[in-house]
Parts: sequence; C-alpha cells; structure tokens
Amino acid sequence: MRLTATLRIAVRALRRNTLRTLLTLLGIIFGVAAVIAGVSIGNGAKARIEAQIAAMGQNVILIMSGNMSRGGFRMGFGSPGTLKVEDYEAIRKEVDGVAAISPEIRLNAQIAAGNQNHFPTIVGVGADYVEIRSWSFVSGANFTEADVRNANKVALIGKTAAETLFGESTDPVGQIIRIKNAPFTVVGYLKSKGLGMGLGSQDQDDVVFVPYTSAMKRLTGDTTFRSFSIQAISPEMMDDMQQQVTELLRQRHKIGVNKEDDFIVRTQREISEAATETSKVMILLLAVFGAVSLLVGGIGIMNIMLVSVTERTREIGIRMSIGARGRDILLQFLSEAVALSVVGGLIGIVVGMAASRFISNQFGWTTLISTDWILLAFAFSAAIGIFFGFYPARKAARLDPIDALRYE
Amino acid sequence: MEPVIKLEDFRKTYRNGSLEVHAVRGVTLAIQPGEFVAIMGASGSGKSTMMNTIGCLDRPTGGRYLLDGVNTSDLDRDDLADLRNQKLGFVFQGFNLLSRTSALENVELPMLYARPSVPPRLQRERALKALEMVGLQDRGDHHPNQLSGGQQQRVAIARALVNQPKVLLADEPTGNLDSRTSIEIMGVFQSLNEQGITVVMVTHELDIARFAKRTIIMRDGLVVNDKLVEQRNSAVEEIGKLDREQTSVKLLA
Repeated sequence: MRLTATLRIAVRALRRNTLRTLLTLLGIIFGVAAVIAGVSIGNGAKARIEAQIAAMGQNVILIMSGNMSRGGFRMGFGSPGTLKVEDYEAIRKEVDGVAAISPEIRLNAQIAAGNQNHFPTIVGVGADYVEIRSWSFVSGANFTEADVRNANKVALIGKTAAETLFGESTDPVGQIIRIKNAPFTVVGYLKSKGLGMGLGSQDQDDVVFVPYTSAMKRLTGDTTFRSFSIQAISPEMMDDMQQQVTELLRQRHKIGVNKEDDFIVRTQREISEAATETSKVMILLLAVFGAVSLLVGGIGIMNIMLVSVTERTREIGIRMSIGARGRDILLQFLSEAVALSVVGGLIGIVVGMAASRFISNQFGWTTLISTDWILLAFAFSAAIGIFFGFYPARKAARLDPIDALRYE
Repeated sequence: MEPVIKLEDFRKTYRNGSLEVHAVRGVTLAIQPGEFVAIMGASGSGKSTMMNTIGCLDRPTGGRYLLDGVNTSDLDRDDLADLRNQKLGFVFQGFNLLSRTSALENVELPMLYARPSVPPRLQRERALKALEMVGLQDRGDHHPNQLSGGQQQRVAIARALVNQPKVLLADEPTGNLDSRTSIEIMGVFQSLNEQGITVVMVTHELDIARFAKRTIIMRDGLVVNDKLVEQRNSAVEEIGKLDREQTSVKLLA
C-alpha cells in the first residue's frame, strides 16, 4: 500500500477520536517538553557556573582552611582557624610566581546608608583582590596598601548593593555606609560583572569589599582567614605553585609526614572540573526525569492502540477479506502510533522551549536550549512510537480474518 | 472449459481441545465460469465453512481447493490475501462497509491493497465505474449511514467488483434486507451474471436461491443435492409482480 494512503488512513482514524488522541498526545508532549525544559535549565546553570569560574579571574589558586577529606560540618570547607596572617605574608614572600595575593574574610552583617538597609555579601580583602578577580571601576578607585596597613574604614561597592542603598542615579563614591554601625567611606564603585541570579548562584554584583585588616579589627575580631586567592604569573606555573604553597604551609603548620593537611589548595582548573562534573550530573538527572515521563507517554500510546485494535477488529477483518496483507494492517496501526508520537514530539518541543523561556523570565534563571537535545528528544519520542506501537499493530496484523469479520 | 472453482474431496476438521469437529467431510465440486450458484443448508451444515474456504479466508485440512487453477493448500497468509484481492469479491450479510468513509472510498478500498499498486487517478475512475454498474454513480460522496440497506449492499457489490474478480462471493446477501430490496439485489446479481461474472451465493431462503441457475444443498458436511434451477425467478418479473400487488392493495383500500 502507498505511504500517503497509509498516512491518510492513520490521520483519519486519529481524528475520529479527537479527545482520546489529544489526551494521548499530552503524555508525549509533556515528556518531550520535560526533557527540553529540564536540560535547558541544567545547561543554563552549567553555563552560569562556568561564567562564574571564569569571573574568578585568571590563573587563580584558592587556599582554604580546613580539610574536606576529614569530613563533617565542623571541619568543612573554609572553616576558620588554620590560615594566619603570617601564612599570608610567608606565601607572598617565599612562593615563586605570585603575581597577586589576597586573603578573604566573609562576614554577615547588615549595612545601612541614610535610611536604607541592605544585606550584601561583605568580604574583607587585600589590595590585590580587585586585580585577581578582574574587577574594574565605574568611578573612584581601589583602596591602597596604606589603607590595608592602617585598617582604614574604606569600602568598594558593587552595582546591586550601590543601587539598593543609593538609588540608580547617585554616584556612591564619597558616600558613607555603616557596617555594624562603623562608618565606612565608599572609595570605589565596581563595574557590573553582568551575572544575574541563577540556579545555585548568588548575584555577583551584590558585594561590598573592605580591607581585611579593617574587617578583622573593627568588624569581626577574627585573627585567622578562611581563604586566600593567589594569581600566578602564568598558567604553566600553577601546578608548581600549588606544590610550593602546600609544602610551605605544611612546614609552617608543623604537619608530620603522615598527617593530613589542615588546608586545601585548589587551582581554578580543579574547581572548574568539579563544578562541570556537578552540573553534568544535574543535567543527566533532569534528562532522566524527562525520559521517564516520555516513557509513561509511550505506555499511554500503547494502551490506546490496544483499545483501538480491539474496537476496530471488524474493520481489520473487512480490510483483510478484501486483500490486505498482515503487513498492510501492521503498517496502518504502526503509522498511527508513530503519527501520535511524532506530532506529540513536535508540539512537545514548542512547549518545552516556551516553558524554558517562561522559567527564565519568571525566576531570572539562565536557560540554554540545545539543538542536540531537541533532536535527541524528538528522535526518542519517534522511537517510543515505533516501540510501543509495534505490539498492538502486530496483534492487529495477526488476527484471523474469519474471527475478525465475525467480531461484534 | 477449466472450472474457476474446483473442490476435490475437500475436508475441514476443527480441533476444539481434544474434540474433533468435522465441518466438511469430503466435497467434490466444480463451478464453471459464468455460473450463478446458490449454496443452501441449515446452520451447521458446513456451508459457511465451505464459503470461507472458497473465499480463501481459510484452507482445507484435507483434499484440494483450486481457485482459477491455483492450489490454495500450498499458500501462506500473504498469498491468500493477494488471491482474495485479485480473484475474489466479497459481499456480506451485514454489508461490512467502513463507516465514516464515503461510498466512493469504500469502493476504492480493494485497490489500496492491489499489487502492483493502482495509480490514484485510475482508482477513482474504476471506483466510479463500479458504482455505475450498481446504479449508484450519484451517491459516491454519501457515507454508509446516509444510505438505505439496499444501497449499502450495492456499494458493497461495487467494492467486490472493482478489482475485476473471477468470482463474486455473497454470504447471505439478503439477510438484512426486506423482500423488495432483496429482489432488487438479486436483480443486480442476475444482470452481473448475464455480463459473464461468476456468482456464488450462500443463502438459507429458498425464494432467493431460485434466482440462481444452480443450487447446491448441504447437510452434515456433505453435498446432498446439486441441480440446476428449473423454474428460475427473474428479478425483473418479480419486481413487476410486487408492483402490481401493491397497486391492487391500494385500489382495494
């Protein structure tokens, strides 16, 4: 039988039961849409994480206190205690290839300016920090080494924090902000990095930087750091630097040969690889959820095709009596199932893209639609039509014409 | 002349668990081209089984059946399907048209399965011609539910004729029709038969069988009577008789 005739019969049969066809389609539509929307969210998150890692600056090595392998919350990532000011000075002087180095102290505090309150990320840093993280200025300038030495009450402010406190039109440079009631003068207005909110990330522009000395003396009273950022002169030096820093810190912390480090040294590449691995797992998980719902949609097709074969037993008998071969009947029902899944797949792609756009607009998450995944989801839905349509179609094709004709 | 249907000691045995049912127990019979045969018998006489075999819907379990010289015992399902498509036309008691499909498309149906395939334009042409043969050329776009029983049966006959079969098989073709329409359908069969088409019909009504040229009576799986019809009914005359009766009834009333 001709393909066009087969398709025409299939479409006519599907249109005969509009509601049933639509409900069956929904299963496939949601499945494909779930795959596409899920993967686009995952890919968006991955792209954001990659951008954030790139925003860390270039050739950066992170040193954190604590030890991951010892586990537990108490000694987890960035625990206080082990990195001292002297360690900072020693690395700065003794390690080769250091282009810039800055300690980091994060603190949670509300800041106020005039009658506005805000709760940004406040970090105590060295004068090199801005360079390491490739920040640039809209107005004003970085604080100086002298500011750090003297623990001056000066601050750099990011775009989001500045706009919240002073409004969009006011230049924050020269303004006073109060952190834990201590007045700090804003000396630099940081240019936006342009990374908004995303799944599993904060607004990178909602920040206030103050000299680490000021943070330690005037705000927290801490005497140790949670982390350092070091920038290497060139990427080739990073592995060597990682080695040097590790040896130096073990020596300074008097760690025995078989004892574990009480700090962690990670290059940017290692961090990036770990993050990529995490986002890969997340994308896979989202895709699997989508695939499961697609599978359920496929079972819906099979169910409805089985009903259809039973209902149309007499029609099958008529067709066989006038000369339809088993294969003609098989193709007829298979093409119905495939038509269902292909149409569902196409609509699902549109719905999935719309859903991904909606999520991106509504929650401000980055989503990234990938052509590969669209093709994959579509091919998968078509394959599901063939797979789940085959059994009912074969059942129809194997009917005995005499029994089928007699069926009431 | 070579018979178009030839049964040689045809037997059909059904197995129902350990029970063997002998539906047909050895029938030898030949039907020549141009014949109009009525097969009669009570239910259980084996006439339906014989019809299914002649219609290539089933194969004999014993003996041979040759349709137009082809031994059907050797054929598989696909070959039987092709044989039904090319050499046979079916007319059923319940019409068996596809609902929600126009009369014309119903008539085109057998050509969908023709091998080699028929071009769509030729399909339409041949379907229209077949509808013309049964006097329904202006009803092609009607759906079965818009047609009377007699008209539906005519569409079924047109469908049976469209692939120019060797034999037209009719299984109780008047079973669902009133007496007047039954005679009209017999009229269609008689006129097709006069044009040279072989007709084999199963019926349990004696009046209907008398429109045929030859009757075969079956009982318990065997042919018990096979003879030419002596006082053959003519559909044209019968219709005329009916009309006269109706007129007289009207005059009396």
